[in-house]
Amino acid sequence: MQRHLISAADLTRDDAVLILDTAEEMARVADRPIKKLPTLRGRTIVNLFFEDSTRTRISFEAAEKRLSADVINFTAKGSSVSKGESLKDTAQTLEAMGVDAVVIRHGASGAPYRLATSDWIDAAVINAGDGTHQHPTQALLDAFTMRRRLVGRDAGIGQDLAGRRITIVGDVLHSRVARSNVDLLHTLGAEVTLVAPPTLVPVGVETWPCEVSYDLDSTLPKSDAVMMLRVQRERMNAAFFPTEREYSRRYGLDGDRMAKMPEHAIVMHPGPMVRGMEITAEVADSERCTVVEQVANGVSIRMAVLYLLLGGNEPAVSQARTTATEEK
Amino acid sequence: MSKILIRGAKVLGGEPQDVLIDGETIAAVGTGLDAEGAEVVEAGGKVLLPGLVDLHTHLREPGREDSETVLTGTRAAASGGYTAVFAMANTFPVADTAGVVEQVYRLGQEHGYCDVQPIGAVTVGLEGKKLAELGAMHESAAGVTVFSDDGKCVDDAVIMRRALEYVKAFGGVVAQHAQEPRLTEGAQMNEGVVSAELGLGGWPAVAEESIIARDVLLAEHVGSRVHICHLSTAGSVEIVRWAKSRGIDVTAEVTPHHLLLTDELVRSYNPVYKVNPPLRTERDVRALREALADGTIDIVATDHAPHPHEDKDCEWAAAAMGMVGLETALSVVQETMVDTGLLDWAGVADRMSVKPAQIGRATGHGRPVSAGEPANLVLVDTQYRGPVDPARFASRSRNTPYEGRELPGRVTHTWLRGKATLVDGKLT
Amino acid sequence: MDTSFPDARPVLEGPDIARVLTRIAHEIVERAKGADDVVLLGIPTRGVFLARRLADKLVEITDRKIPVGSLDITMYRDDLRMHPPRALARTEIPGDGIDGRLVVLVDDVLFSGRTIRAALDALNDIGRPRAVQLAVLVDRGHRELPIRADYVGKNLPTSLRETVKVQLAEEDGRDTVLLGAKRTVPGEQ
Repeated sequence: MQRHLISAADLTRDDAVLILDTAEEMARVADRPIKKLPTLRGRTIVNLFFEDSTRTRISFEAAEKRLSADVINFTAKGSSVSKGESLKDTAQTLEAMGVDAVVIRHGASGAPYRLATSDWIDAAVINAGDGTHQHPTQALLDAFTMRRRLVGRDAGIGQDLAGRRITIVGDVLHSRVARSNVDLLHTLGAEVTLVAPPTLVPVGVETWPCEVSYDLDSTLPKSDAVMMLRVQRERMNAAFFPTEREYSRRYGLDGDRMAKMPEHAIVMHPGPMVRGMEITAEVADSERCTVVEQVANGVSIRMAVLYLLLGGNEPAVSQARTTATEEK
Repeated sequence: MSKILIRGAKVLGGEPQDVLIDGETIAAVGTGLDAEGAEVVEAGGKVLLPGLVDLHTHLREPGREDSETVLTGTRAAASGGYTAVFAMANTFPVADTAGVVEQVYRLGQEHGYCDVQPIGAVTVGLEGKKLAELGAMHESAAGVTVFSDDGKCVDDAVIMRRALEYVKAFGGVVAQHAQEPRLTEGAQMNEGVVSAELGLGGWPAVAEESIIARDVLLAEHVGSRVHICHLSTAGSVEIVRWAKSRGIDVTAEVTPHHLLLTDELVRSYNPVYKVNPPLRTERDVRALREALADGTIDIVATDHAPHPHEDKDCEWAAAAMGMVGLETALSVVQETMVDTGLLDWAGVADRMSVKPAQIGRATGHGRPVSAGEPANLVLVDTQYRGPVDPARFASRSRNTPYEGRELPGRVTHTWLRGKATLVDGKLT
Repeated sequence: MDTSFPDARPVLEGPDIARVLTRIAHEIVERAKGADDVVLLGIPTRGVFLARRLADKLVEITDRKIPVGSLDITMYRDDLRMHPPRALARTEIPGDGIDGRLVVLVDDVLFSGRTIRAALDALNDIGRPRAVQLAVLVDRGHRELPIRADYVGKNLPTSLRETVKVQLAEEDGRDTVLLGAKRTVPGEQ
């Protein structure tokens, strides 16, 4: 049985739909006077953040608290101990304190997988973003947002995203969001197209279950959702693209480009946005942009994941990959 | 020293013969040799090879005695069937002066498990900027002939050219760690399908191949010889093959792990598989095996790289690169080359003893198993097959990628100039 | 017949169920003095269908619109740690809420009382009703908590070795209440 959530690729279609359906019920709790459920009373969850990410941390924290878990925040950034030492030592410390789950954010790809498969700790591990590898709850909240907008809140229950055309634009190479989304959206039956300058597409992308295009304009009219990824200005200095202006001109989403999208199509962004770089203010502030919804949906998705992994005597979600290599 | 009669050994895998050792020398090879006055070792069909020679070992002393010392490293070497190892220069301090190389050389002599031939740094501090005193190291008691900045690439084309030229004066050779540094910034594993999925920084094959291409051309231009360390890609094989066909004096080594393992293993994010150059693809592994068989790749070298437990018991990015190899090399070569029919035992002797001794000018090693030759010998039980147990390693470190893996072959005896360093699998 | 429930016998058939729901509707009107502030909340899955049927009958009797909703108690259960997490059902509170109203919880079978305890907890997080009452189709006894039903379709004395299964047309294609031997599946009610 799955004890951990490490990669969006580990989720089956039924697992993913169950999480989305559960999140839909969790979302209703936010509309109640008392936004709290007793479900995880007595369970201790540690938010172990080796990398700054206030947004993700408070989203998990809100979800944990709404489910009545005891929450410990541990920000390890700036620790003088060597990185490797501190992950293992920290894990063993947490194990000794008897935590039930670790929500981990780490700059090193694979750190959550390592934590879940090592003998350092027995707790459930939830990946809150590792290096340029995976960010499964982000992919889930994105899929949730798409299902609500493109299929419907109630109509979406039990449904996947079969046949929806999703375009992901930007720095795919360095993006855990892109990797997680490609995996999950494919599992949910969507057709994914990645759009980026060739320098920002990883070598080896040919085995991913998606299309790759270098041309944004030809892709937009065929998109039900367009997800813009953040592009860090520093990439310019490593020659991934010549100038910010050229990047924006070729791969940025502005009002004119948005007009090429179908009427119903939405614009998404995992945040934080770099306005003027990958997205103009006009687009970011438009009705079609779901950035704020994505934040709200993040709490519901994380509640669902926490409930399904920790709410019972064993998890409700199956996991192929981690279990296969897990020694215990 | 007394006499030893090795009875019924398949010399280089041939018909069983007796080999008589007298003192430091092989006295006779034949059938039905007289055991009079000799200690008899019943070989019982085991294979007898010349003592193995490793052109690429990290002994870590001085500086990182927590991971290996000359003593523990040479004991590991004897366990693995080696009678000579070349110790890489990336110690602390760096082996870039006569003083450091003499110290390492002397430690090897004192312990007596295995000859230790120090490799000198090409540049001061391995920094790639200024040539180290190559001549002084050659003239020292250590008699250095192999120079390498291994761990780092001599990436400056002018420095590389000068080094290649300079060592001609005394028959030296530069062993290049081929890794274009800019193309491998932040590199964590082979760049390809697996790295794309795992989100680990890619180490592209071209970063190795471009340096090899440049260096064989430089060697041709200045008329020097060049040795390529741990060649790891199919493309590198093609370049070396082309260079040899042009008559360029290039030799190349492959590690046992690159003959067996692929980057698919990195999916476990287990740092025992983290190594530099990284594990490549199935296609590369096939090309490397073929190249070793046809002689394009001249030798197997271990790149034995011990690391303490904590440097591997962590997340991938924080982990050290490297694997221990001395005690598993012959087994891996049997698994990948002999048991697959690509190489016979004479071929193994050539790739793991004769050729590396020639490249490194290790006199007295890599010699034929015949009367009058130094008694540097290793006896291998090739029928054995069993799981690798790192707890039994003589090396101070345990960072092997083969833990629990079943491999064939077991070294039972090693003789260094007639003196047994390993008897029935136990160090003396 | 349900194959997983081989030797069961019906204790209530379709017409009986309709009749007892009509009776309960009348009792609610009588006890709530016209039922003008009644909100019916069914407990998923079958309690919701029963609540809707009761609401229809109350509309017939009172000629007023009766707010009806659902209350999923999964996340308030006291046995969460004893099973894998269950899929959640819908909680649907009628638009005007439950504050100051008479909430009638509706469920199919009253057994240990633990479901109703969880429902009371859940209600607590949603609002403050004037009063809470309980209507069940079958009360099979064996209470483990001090809870009783205000409206009972049928009192059905059972053994703990027996199990009661309610089938409703909306979910199961027919209306019936079955009593049979308990299957030896651990964790089953």
